[in-house]
Parts: sequence; C-alpha cells; structure tokens
Amino acid sequence: MLHIEDLNIHYGGIHALRGVNIEVPDRKIISLIGANGAGKSTTLKAIMSLIPKTSGKIVFNGKDITKMSTRNIVAEGVVLCPEGRRVFPDLTVLENMTMGAFLRKDKEGIKKDMDWVFDLFPRLQERKWQLAGTLSGGEQQMLAVGRALMSKPKLLMMDEPSLGLAPLIVKSILEIIKEINDAGVNVLLIEQNAKAALEISDYAYVLETGTVSLSGMGRELLKNDKVRAAYLGE
Amino acid sequence: MDQVTLFQNLVTGVSLGSAYALIAIGYTMVYGILRLINFAHGDIFMMAGYFTIFAVSSFGMPWYITILFVTVVTVILGVTIEKVAYRPLRESPRMSIMISAIGVSYLLVNSATYLFTGLPRAFPQLGFLQKVYHIGDVSAPIVTFITPVVTIVILFVLLYLVNFTKIGMAMRAVSKDFEAARLMGIEINKIISITFVIGCSLAAISAILYFSPRPMVFPFSGFMPGLKCFVAAVLGGIGNIPGAVIGGFIIGLAETFLVGIFPQLTGYSDAFTFVLLIVMLLFRPTGLLGEKIAEKV
Repeated sequence: MLHIEDLNIHYGGIHALRGVNIEVPDRKIISLIGANGAGKSTTLKAIMSLIPKTSGKIVFNGKDITKMSTRNIVAEGVVLCPEGRRVFPDLTVLENMTMGAFLRKDKEGIKKDMDWVFDLFPRLQERKWQLAGTLSGGEQQMLAVGRALMSKPKLLMMDEPSLGLAPLIVKSILEIIKEINDAGVNVLLIEQNAKAALEISDYAYVLETGTVSLSGMGRELLKNDKVRAAYLGE
Repeated sequence: MDQVTLFQNLVTGVSLGSAYALIAIGYTMVYGILRLINFAHGDIFMMAGYFTIFAVSSFGMPWYITILFVTVVTVILGVTIEKVAYRPLRESPRMSIMISAIGVSYLLVNSATYLFTGLPRAFPQLGFLQKVYHIGDVSAPIVTFITPVVTIVILFVLLYLVNFTKIGMAMRAVSKDFEAARLMGIEINKIISITFVIGCSLAAISAILYFSPRPMVFPFSGFMPGLKCFVAAVLGGIGNIPGAVIGGFIIGLAETFLVGIFPQLTGYSDAFTFVLLIVMLLFRPTGLLGEKIAEKV
C-alpha cells in the first residue's frame, strides 16, 4: 500500500532522515516509535510533501507520490492527523469536519462518514455547534481524528494522538484506532507511548537518529530487550 | 448647526465612511489571512483611480464597462503584487514582508508619477453618478447616496461568503493554521489569491465611488485615504470585517462633522483621525470588535 524507499531529508541544517525504508501493507496498523528527534514526525511530514525531500521514493497504491503536492496526496487518500491536534479553534466542530471533507464532492458519502464519526465520538455530536477552541483536550483530539476521517483516508497517519491526554482517554483513542482499522482504513501511527502503540500494532519500526534501527511484529518488539530498555523504561 | 446642514453632513459623512469602509475591508481581510498590513493597498486604490480615467478618457468606455474593466485590471495588479512581492517572503520573518509592502507602495506611487506625471488629472464623469440629486433640502451627487447602499450590500455578501460557504470556511481555517489547512487538501496560495481578488475589487469599486464626487487624481491620492482606512480597520478591530465597516463609518463621519462644526479646524481633519487611533489604542488596543489577543494553544 505505502512503500518508502531510501528517504533522505535535510531539515534545518541537519540530516534528519538517513535512508529510511518503511513498508505499510494493506489493512494493517503500523507504528513508528523512537525518541524525540528521531525523525518520526519528519517522516510523516515528508510523505505529505509538507517539507522538501532530499532524495528517496514514496509509492502509494502503485502510484509515485514523491513529488505530488499536498493537495493531490490528500486526494489520493493519504491523510495526516497532525501532532498537537491542530483543530481550527474558531471554526465550529461541524465546520472543522466540513474542512476535513474539503476535496470531496460526494454529498451522500460525506453525510455517511459524518454519521460514522459521530457514532465513533458521540461527544462530537453533542458539541456540533461549539467552537473547536472551547473543547477539552480530549475532545479536540477526537475532533482531529474525526476531521481526518472526513477526508476519506485510505491511509490514516497519526502523529502522537495520545499526547497530553488523560490515561482513560488515551485508551479510548487507541481503541478507536483499532476500530478505524477494522473498518478498512490503514493506519500509520506515531506514538511516544510505545507500549500502547506496540500492543495494537501489527508491525512496528524503531527510528533512531534518522534511521530504522529495528523492526518487527508489534508483540515481538514488546519482548525485545533493547526496546524494553530504551522505550518502555524497563 | 441647523437641520439641513446636519443632514447634509450626515449624508456626506456616511458616504465618505462607506468608501473608506470598502478599502478598510481590504486591509482587514489581508491582515486576517497573512497577518500582513498591506501598505500598498491605498496605492492600489489610487491606481484604480487612474485606470478609471484611462478607461473613460482614452478608450471612451461606457460607465458599466468601465466599472468592470477597472475592477479586473486592479485585481490583476493586486494579485500580481502578492505573487511577486509577498509570496516569496511567506516563510520569512513578518518584518520582511511588511517592508516589501512598503516598497511596493513607493513603487506604485513612483510608477504613477513616471507614467502619468505628477500633475493631477481630472476624474471623468461616469454616467449618472455625478448628477445632483435632491432629497428635501439636502442635495448631493447620486454617487453620494449610492455609496452606502453599495457598501452595505457588499458587507452582507462578504459576511455570507466568509461564514456560510466552504471557501469562506477555508479562509478562516487558513487564517489560523496554514499547515493544518494544507493537510485538508486546501491550497493556501489559492485562498490567499482569492483574498487579494476580493480586497482589490473592493478597492477598485471604492476608487470609483470615492473619486467620482472629487475633481482630481494624482499619484499621492491613495496615501491619505489608505492611511485612514488602515486606521479604520484598526479602530474596528483588525481582522474583523464588520469592524472595518464600522471603523470606516466612524472616521468618515468624524472627519465630516469636525469640519462641519468647527470650520476653522478644517486643516486638522486628518490629524483628528490619528488622534482617534491613538485614543483607541490606549483604551482598547484590539479595536471595537477585535479578536482576543490571548489564543488558546
């Protein structure tokens, strides 16, 4: 589905990604874990063409998206739910979701997806007319995920969806991610909370200073001594 | 001041204020999306005045074609300025793009002086606009009566556009967060261009309405109105469209009545505008309807 080959990025004068190779197969949840500054967010931003790539190739569903504009990448079905929620604070919940569907013309499909999102997050339905800036952190995260789903992603990339949220909400967000994946959306997940991420992932990559240092099935990595020492604090 | 003079001043002040309001909307919308004070906006307005002169005097266009022509040419000018002078500086510190705007302002004034000479040029009669019309004892050119109507109609159309259409939503989204907007598939450059199209067409319409009851256009014609409309936008709360209109009305009325009530202060009417600005900045720096400064992160 998504295939990243030898991706190199120079970002703010440093060689941020050094030849990263990542494979996201169909219908799976894939995690990227790693310390701060390892290049996780950079990888996702590069996929979306938000930052320029030095070299490398990114192929999605057999299509080369390396040089595509962000708009066209979204239109292909690759969607990033950015770190820090980034909802539009003075747009209502409903308007935020409408913005998620900005490129879509299928009115019925939009309506259906909106119902689905409200089904996943009933809280959003209650607060439909409220300005997003007045929502709690957890609700904003729900809105960020819901807004991303409104783009009808084939591949949903999530950057730290649990950052700064209460443990209970983290759990429900992760459960929702599984539910989204079961509904046929591929997920590429970045998490600081490595244990939680590995538990729900089919496969994971460990990034270290811009390169993939380790990869494997989520549950296997959970048992890996190096991963346990470095990211699980055990 | 007797009743007739009062109404006469009221009509003139509201009309002047409406013309200011249209320019102020341009400042406020561009600021809202780019956080840029487009110092060249007043000079774009001045250029629209010259375009009108050429449309009528050189090409002999009828008034309705003139309005269309002037709007289109002004929009092309404004969008080109954005592409050439502002877009390449989008990632630079905000000061750079502001200085670039000041540069464009000087460039326009000097180009106008070079191309059209520094001598004032007579503003042409546009169809029925200058015909004098009487309501009771109050008499003024028709354009004076039309201007507020045009402004109010445009205000409501804009409010609808910004609040209830997808493009308007996208504008509000872009004004808060470029990157998040891009992730929705919104093309930032397109939205910014649309903002300049709106701002410049309003400047063009305003130029026709503003210059019609006045005799001349010269290269510095845009300087004072530009500055005053910037003040109007700040007064109403920069970034806020109804605020810009209210600010425009306040300045237009204040200026007209100051001269009407104290004719001996005529020379100070411009200064009065800036006194208003200073007072507003002292007591309510965000303007009448301004955005809150503290933003939740």
